[in-house]
Amino acid sequence: MTALLDFIALLGRSLLGACASTGRLTVFAARGLSHIVRPPFYGRMFLRAFIEIGYFSLPVVALTAVFTGMVLALQSSTGLARFSADSAVASLVVLSVTRELGPVLAGLMVAGRVGAAIAAEIGTMRVTDQIDALSTLSTDPMKYLVAPRLLAGLVALPLLVVVADILGVLGGFIIATVKLGFNSGAYLTNTLNFVQTDDVVSGLAKAGVFGVLITLMGCYQGYNSKGGAQGVGAATTSAVVAASVLILAFDYVLTELFFAR
Amino acid sequence: MSDVPKIRLRGVSKSFGSKIVLDRIDLDVAAGTSMVVIGGSGSGKSVLIKCILGLIEPDAGTIEIDGVDVLTQDRATRAAMRQRIGMLFQNGALFDSLAVWENVAFGLLAQKKCTRDAARPLADAVLAQVGLAATVGDLQPSELSGGMQKRVALARAIASTPEILFFDEPTTGLDPIMGAVIDGLIVDCVKRLGSTAIAITHDMISARRIGDRAAMLHKGRIVWEGQAGELMNTGNPMVDQFTHGSREGPIQMELRK
Repeated sequence: MTALLDFIALLGRSLLGACASTGRLTVFAARGLSHIVRPPFYGRMFLRAFIEIGYFSLPVVALTAVFTGMVLALQSSTGLARFSADSAVASLVVLSVTRELGPVLAGLMVAGRVGAAIAAEIGTMRVTDQIDALSTLSTDPMKYLVAPRLLAGLVALPLLVVVADILGVLGGFIIATVKLGFNSGAYLTNTLNFVQTDDVVSGLAKAGVFGVLITLMGCYQGYNSKGGAQGVGAATTSAVVAASVLILAFDYVLTELFFAR
Repeated sequence: MSDVPKIRLRGVSKSFGSKIVLDRIDLDVAAGTSMVVIGGSGSGKSVLIKCILGLIEPDAGTIEIDGVDVLTQDRATRAAMRQRIGMLFQNGALFDSLAVWENVAFGLLAQKKCTRDAARPLADAVLAQVGLAATVGDLQPSELSGGMQKRVALARAIASTPEILFFDEPTTGLDPIMGAVIDGLIVDCVKRLGSTAIAITHDMISARRIGDRAAMLHKGRIVWEGQAGELMNTGNPMVDQFTHGSREGPIQMELRK
């Protein structure tokens, strides 16, 4: 009986802890997002974060997209051949890339690269008193450090996903025409005929949400890090793991929202 | 001189969990004077300064600046009050993503006291006040030695000519000569600006150089207050043990709980 009560108490404590953490994160997110639309604005900080997230993530996102498109074409060709439906390769590639794989894989790649960097930078600022120093110099750290990064994530991720969509389709096109013997004109016509505006727009909307999630988790974990180098390391790991899980969870929620009829 | 102290603390208490860090602190600092707060590591010195700055909310008590209780002020008023305070952090806390001159001019730009174009010459002038050449302004903080970082941090703290200055362990980690240089710069800056200063340190030489008055914090309480010049011979067994660095005395180090 005691063991059962201990187990229930443990569950209760975990649940309360999870609720408290969710509440703190929600308040942090609301404060950060509200500063995006309230002056003063830090254009330099936004530009710096935008270049870091958008420009420097281009190579890794591009490579991921190309290879994903190539693998998709290869896999779908062998799978669809069993039903004599090879011609659907182009449509499958473009739908998979624009709706799902473009935003999700770009999000996961950026989470690993940028989420970790943000958490490490802000975490180091926290443990070396730089965030306190900002406050003493008439600067709100939420406005200076968090809001520009959230906005940069919101803007940069959809642009990265546009590139990922194009390169993903290109990867599929290369394999389909070079290796699988598809006619290049027919493949492109199939692709363009099948893809609809909603497919692309839904992917870009997802990317915007993922961009906010990645930067939010990086900022939140870094901002609340403590205990020196070890604390910063832990914050970095938590930022990447939390952002990755949230991307997959929100991907499901957004897919339900956009496509479930 | 006005009867109202520049800074007045009454009954300020702060705990983290079950650990009492500040226990009903009463402290007055007269305008234009320097107060040095000494005490061992973990005695609550940094928390005391952070409470006055508004970086940490005390659990109880009042903190008055010029007779106004800052704890009851709204956020905007408190932010405006903070513009009157400069702070030198223990490790400098320079922004490592910004050049030295941008660090120095950061407060001026944030308070819109100058444009970005005008900020550079102003930063160079403040750097000159702490004995640094204008060329240092172009360097990154990571390119500076510990002593130079402290000077830059001091320049940043005084750049907006604050009425109140806080110094957190200003000479920690510096060699004795550089410590003396930093102390001299602090005294010069405080006198030139006519500021009220609170410095926290466990460097007794530094404490006597910087302070007009001194107080000792132990286990969250002020156990002694007097003239800084008397620090080495107060007659208070706790202060005497601390200032002379004796192992024997009323203060027992908590090695393990």
